[in-house]
Amino acid sequence: MIPADLLQTFQDELRDLLESLDRGLLDLRGAPQDGALVAQVFRDLHTIKGNAAMFGLSDLSDFVHGFETAFDRIRSGAAEVTPEVIRLSLLARDEIPGLVAGQPDTEGRRPAIIAALEAELGRALRRDEDVAEAPAEEAPAPVAQAVGSVLTFSLQGRAFETGQKPELLIRELAALGATDLKADLSDLPGPESLDPAQCHIRWTCRLPATVRRSDVEEVFLFADVSWDLVPVAAPAAPVPDVPPYASEPEPEPVAATIRVPAARLDALMDSVGELVIVEARLTELARQSSDPALLATAEQITRLAAGLRDTTMTMRMVPMRTLVGRFRRLVSEAADALQKPVQFTIEGEETEFDKTLIEKLADPIVHLLRNAIDHGIELPGTREAAGKPTMGNIWLSAEQAGTEVLVRIRDDGRGMNPATLRAKAVAMGLIGADAALTDAQLCNLIFEPGFSTAGTITQISGRGVGMDVVRRTIEALRGTITLDTAEGQGTTVTLRLPLTLAIIDGLLIEVAGERYTLPMECVQEIVELPVERQVQRSGGEFLDIRGQFVPFIRLHKVLDCAAPAAGRQNVVVTKAGEEKVGIVVDHILGTNQVVIKQMSKLHRGVTAVSGASILGDGGVALILDVAQAVALARRRGLAADPSPQKPMTTEAA
Amino acid sequence: MTKTVLTVDDSPSIRRMVALTLGEAGYTVIEAVDGLDGLAKATAQAVDGIITDQNMPNMDGISFIRALRQHPKGQGVPVVVLSTDSSESLKQVAREAGATGWMVKPFDQAKLLAVARKVFG
Repeated sequence: MIPADLLQTFQDELRDLLESLDRGLLDLRGAPQDGALVAQVFRDLHTIKGNAAMFGLSDLSDFVHGFETAFDRIRSGAAEVTPEVIRLSLLARDEIPGLVAGQPDTEGRRPAIIAALEAELGRALRRDEDVAEAPAEEAPAPVAQAVGSVLTFSLQGRAFETGQKPELLIRELAALGATDLKADLSDLPGPESLDPAQCHIRWTCRLPATVRRSDVEEVFLFADVSWDLVPVAAPAAPVPDVPPYASEPEPEPVAATIRVPAARLDALMDSVGELVIVEARLTELARQSSDPALLATAEQITRLAAGLRDTTMTMRMVPMRTLVGRFRRLVSEAADALQKPVQFTIEGEETEFDKTLIEKLADPIVHLLRNAIDHGIELPGTREAAGKPTMGNIWLSAEQAGTEVLVRIRDDGRGMNPATLRAKAVAMGLIGADAALTDAQLCNLIFEPGFSTAGTITQISGRGVGMDVVRRTIEALRGTITLDTAEGQGTTVTLRLPLTLAIIDGLLIEVAGERYTLPMECVQEIVELPVERQVQRSGGEFLDIRGQFVPFIRLHKVLDCAAPAAGRQNVVVTKAGEEKVGIVVDHILGTNQVVIKQMSKLHRGVTAVSGASILGDGGVALILDVAQAVALARRRGLAADPSPQKPMTTEAA
Repeated sequence: MTKTVLTVDDSPSIRRMVALTLGEAGYTVIEAVDGLDGLAKATAQAVDGIITDQNMPNMDGISFIRALRQHPKGQGVPVVVLSTDSSESLKQVAREAGATGWMVKPFDQAKLLAVARKVFG
């Protein structure tokens, strides 16, 4: 099976070859006598044919073969380039993408084009016999009956100069079962006439009866060897005075990697997930029984399960490299379409992502790259006027940071103007005219549905759908998206994503007698809720944490549960996107590792919950989606907007 | 010690396939985009084997091998020529130019590895 990224390389190269072919054919129309152009076209076709055959696209390979043969006739001077030849060639060229995509040729158009090309060249082109892979195998004819044969061979000519290696031939013979190898040095000349490029040794060895003449031919396939194979009726007596050549076959190296169907990895991950649940249950039971042996065993199982989980996760990791071909093509096509020359740099291609994650990440990245070219990068003239190099720059980078992966899409384009964004947002009614928002918050408005500042809608982007979809996709992957921009200098979009989607570390909390899991990655700190720290402001309640006012929500209100009995309450300070929000809970129960179970179809409409987890005692704890819970609270007037007094700072990218 | 193989081909797909296949088998693979580039790379560092395409811009495979064999560092390095031409005459030309082996395109990864092991060890 051909690896996907190799196939991608093929596709990328094909695109380049088709471009080169286009250029060659069009140039040839203006200069039909140009031999270099003919050679160029021929070479492009030849490479397309060769690659197609390598990648098993025999229809394409066959089609291009006819096309290529036509140009070979021109190249050899047997035919001339006419405008009709160019026209037909361009038609033929246009068939190639369809052939790659496997589109059927129901109307028989393809053979018709080639036939017309042949006719135009004035001579029917005979399709050469396809290259033979290997000569047909001889009829199995053992060289001897049961006892074997003796092989004598010597390398001819200046064998060492051309890199021939007798030791490799001997190794292959040894693999066939050769024994009693002897070297005959009688042809070795004296030092005065010795040619170091020649091998003056004649070897003799015994081969078992199972070895056929064709096997020996195979060994000597490339070697310039004079050899003779003589069947023997009885085992030759070993020659006592010449020690046998040490010809132990080297063991074949075991493959360093193996390929496994993705479905099996998914199945393994599922099993590991179940194991983690059972392990939590076992730990719980062991704790209750206080049997030391059981406790020790449970601890061991915990350790092993953690190791197994980590290994399984690693197996599911694939490098970003598998996606970048697509991004490169996209950037180059979009840059061409918009006539904005762009240098596209990719960093961290080897950064690894969970398989599921990377599949879902491709579309958002595509969207962000399109935006960067369309909205970010200016036209060359504008850039020049602003004192920037005419060539725009777009960077895509990926890196692993702890349990997260960071993906950044950066451009050195025009950036965004907070004032423009504000005006637009006000005009659209997204915010009030006097809303106090920081620049960072203003910039993040572009993630609101329907928001677009592009003056005109282009083919590439700008219909105002997308950025909100991008954000939703990223958040569905339990990631966050942030944007940093400096007017005139460019924009950076940062995606933060969890390393894996299947198992998370959670904080187990209790509200009104029910347990919930908060994803640990959004928990920043846990503080008590003393009355003196609570600040009432217009719009809601804030908590004064080390001088910073953090809005908070009371989870029991959001979830419509009974208020807790008076007493100490805890606030879990979470990070929902760019802002900090406190969540008031009744009790903190501890940390746990949970396997995310998807909610059933019936519960798909439930907001603020991203899944369920099964606890050690068999109970279920819903996993809260913090950002959604905060948004829900806001909609119901249960939480304040971010504090205007102490603006949040966006992190520098 | 790992063996270093130079793949000389104007097609990135082929270079990539060679790099992937031989890389997985434990070879170190370096790449050159045509005969001229190949000659520069093969003479700048020690390589244990070369796989070269025949049909390339700037300098084709046969000219590359001829030039390589003229260079002191290029003598004794096994060279495999890739070609879509399976004719005996090409093999004759390749052998005379100093090629060690040849392979007819298309080939698969298994075949490539088999030839590499056969010629480079």
